[in-house]
Amino acid sequence: MNLLDLQNVTLRFGGLVAVDNVSFSVKQGEVFSLVGPNGAGKSTIFNMISRFYDPAEGDILFQGQSILKKASHDIPHLGIARTFQNIELFEQASVLQNLLVGRQRHRRSNVLEEILFLPKVRKQEHHHRLAVEHVIDFLDLQPYRDKFISGLPYGIRKVVEMGRALAIGPKLLLLDEPASGLSTEETQDVAFWIEDIKKVMGITVLMVEHDMHLVNSVSDRVLALADGKILTIGTPSEVQNHPDVIKAYIGSDEEDALT
Amino acid sequence: MDALQLLLSGLSNGCVYGLIAMGFVLIYKASEAINFAQGDMMMLGAFITLGLTNEQYFDLPFWVSVPMAMLLMGAIGYALDALILRKMFGQSQIAVVIVTIALGFVARFVAGAIWGYEPQSLESPIAGLDFRFAGLALGIDELMVIIVTIALTGALYIFFARTKLGVAMQAASQNQMAAFYMGIPVKRMHSLVWALSGVIAAIAGILFASKGSIDPSTGLLGIKAFAAAVIGGLGSLPGALIGGLLVGIVEPFAARYIEGDIARIMPYLLLVLVLVFRPHGILSQVQSKKV
Amino acid sequence: MRIIFKTSYDADIRYFSNRVPALWYLALLLMSIALPFIINEFWLGEFTLMLIWAIAGMGLMLLVGHSGQASLGHAAFMAVGAYSNVILQEYGLPFILSLPLAGFFAGLAGVLVAMPTTKLHGIYMAIATIAIGVLAEDLIVILAPWTGGVSGKFAPSIEIFGINFDRYGNVSGLYWLILGITCLIVLGYRNILRSPLGRSFMAIRDSEISAQAMGVNIARTRTISFALSCAITGISGALMGHFSLVFTNETFNIVISIYLLLMIVIGGLGFIQGAFIGAAIVTFLPSVISFSRDAFFSNSAIIPGIESGMFGAILIFVILFEPMGLYGRWLKIRSYFELFPFYRRDMFRRQKSYLKTERMR
Repeated sequence: MNLLDLQNVTLRFGGLVAVDNVSFSVKQGEVFSLVGPNGAGKSTIFNMISRFYDPAEGDILFQGQSILKKASHDIPHLGIARTFQNIELFEQASVLQNLLVGRQRHRRSNVLEEILFLPKVRKQEHHHRLAVEHVIDFLDLQPYRDKFISGLPYGIRKVVEMGRALAIGPKLLLLDEPASGLSTEETQDVAFWIEDIKKVMGITVLMVEHDMHLVNSVSDRVLALADGKILTIGTPSEVQNHPDVIKAYIGSDEEDALT
Repeated sequence: MDALQLLLSGLSNGCVYGLIAMGFVLIYKASEAINFAQGDMMMLGAFITLGLTNEQYFDLPFWVSVPMAMLLMGAIGYALDALILRKMFGQSQIAVVIVTIALGFVARFVAGAIWGYEPQSLESPIAGLDFRFAGLALGIDELMVIIVTIALTGALYIFFARTKLGVAMQAASQNQMAAFYMGIPVKRMHSLVWALSGVIAAIAGILFASKGSIDPSTGLLGIKAFAAAVIGGLGSLPGALIGGLLVGIVEPFAARYIEGDIARIMPYLLLVLVLVFRPHGILSQVQSKKV
Repeated sequence: MRIIFKTSYDADIRYFSNRVPALWYLALLLMSIALPFIINEFWLGEFTLMLIWAIAGMGLMLLVGHSGQASLGHAAFMAVGAYSNVILQEYGLPFILSLPLAGFFAGLAGVLVAMPTTKLHGIYMAIATIAIGVLAEDLIVILAPWTGGVSGKFAPSIEIFGINFDRYGNVSGLYWLILGITCLIVLGYRNILRSPLGRSFMAIRDSEISAQAMGVNIARTRTISFALSCAITGISGALMGHFSLVFTNETFNIVISIYLLLMIVIGGLGFIQGAFIGAAIVTFLPSVISFSRDAFFSNSAIIPGIESGMFGAILIFVILFEPMGLYGRWLKIRSYFELFPFYRRDMFRRQKSYLKTERMR
């Protein structure tokens, strides 16, 4: 069954076609990766799924329903969580509070009940905390639980970012470059976690990543993009050996060398 | 005829607002800081000129004290940035707003302590002279304000488009990091922009003082000028002037044709309307953030 | 050095993390209750005023410190509270009903302001609220049939179940009443902070984009924070009306709004305690200045405007040297002693957030 479908999605910024007639489907329970040179439109696709951008043409379906009528803050309530490439954590709050914000989807109390902090609210807080503690255990964040984000090193922030998305309790997890800027060791941790997210938690993962090693080790299928167009979709090894993909990467390298 | 008269006095008032607004915009463009003390800097510039010119104080010739006041205000602007604003690099915009408000409080106190809280007028050679033409009574002072504003706008335009320093300032404001790597001393550029807006504040102050009396709370006019800057769209010099003129022209017309109390709130009503319907001003310069 | 072992999730939910601060705050509360037996009526009046400022400060703190929106026009909502409180009492409502209703109306005014301005950010929001503050002052004059215009309104003395809390007749009673209201508001505030609502405020403060990605409805959350903030401020305005007996459009002018903002910044943004510290400075600074003048310059003339000048100067120093405010400084001093000799200077250092441009949203 398809969890997410993009159907002929196109997005233009002024004259520039950022995403050009892209269609693909993410199946329930798989790890699906988007690869491609910078500016290929990978993050743009994420931002369209998050409803930060409106596609000019085409449709995006989640569990068979179009999400284009939804506002961005409704997307997590459907069960889609995401991380950000450049880490967008709540800086002036602790790791615990950051993760608890992810539980917003499961909030069942109104403003008045919370101001009075009725027993019901307290009970709910215990549930939220329990759910968040599972994420903390899973990602080994125990030593940082009460630390403020603003004082944490980059690698840990990256993990907290992933934890916050997991705290939502999603069906689909969008990871925007989960390994960028991480050491080899940390990247290996990320690979294990993605495996477990898929197998143990049963969450479908859609990932943008440049580290081909990570992509190859965790992905079931890979989609290669260049200049907003799909080059190919297939298993990691198929995509890596596809002539167009090789050309796209070498081509972009040449451009880099020239500038 | 009546309308024309109102238009002229509105224009000259609007020019003063526009000048203060330009001071805001200069600093905003350079460092994204909002200088809420710009109105108080104008007041200070006016008082310094008054202190140098008037008989009871230094009694210097008007044309000597004007450049001196401009220089002094430039120095004050530079010092404010170098001593205070530069230390706040990296703090939030609101923190900067709050500090400049506090600077305004201090400036008002200093002016009050030196020159007193009674309204005073500048002994300016252009004050109170009339120029009658086809039934219109146009004050030389009002005409002067309009001429100086036009000249100053032109000069600023040429400065930013043609001179090396102006281009460097623009570069520093558009991309601090890139400008820094290109060897532009970004911090000094910021201080120079503050100095420049100090000079403009002095000019605005002198022009304002030529049209009437001043007291330490004259700087609160800055709020109105600030409204003008926002109406025009922060970050655009022509926008600042347009916003200033708009506010300046709306005021006398509202005062004439609408009941007094409601007329007084027109500039702010205009501001609220602009903010609600065109949140980033008439000449907006806002783009979406990329994630 | 003290190490706290947490044994249940409630340890992070309780008002106090352990018994020591709980005892300190209990002692503070007992001291506050005993205050009328210790000091004279003049100083008790000053302390009452401080509590009123602190309530207003808490209202603004909720907005600025906890949901990251600036307001430079909050005195307008104090005015809404003050006027609606007295007008309702003129219609015969008792204080015990008119006060919460005054808060409700101020909150409603907050919603009316917040709804059209939810798209505005940072500076633009600050400007819009300045305009609101200025407009409110003039609106009071325009609405003279209800507000009494420039001649103002007279606040009757408070009566609850036959007990009279007159400003001059029952100074201690009024103090205790306002102390009680303050405590209730502090409790509500703390409850907000430890519940999902408080976390959604924090989320929109720190990153709107990821707040959305976490399912926080930004427009709704901003409106709620505005409503609650204005309601609290409105209650302080109503109390201020009773405290100053007569109030006019001048009582709640734009300078008061700016004072409120400066007050909470000096106290420490993001801390409830900061509102109280800021309120203490605003209330007692004039007395301190006049006392030190009498002590050091026996025959000097009174310098008008010195309060706001001093206030501005203190504020500049605080922001330059202690961005976390006076309460933040106190936290640092306290952890220095608690951790002695292991305190490091960089323990509270934050990563500098380099110029986040407002032109890119």
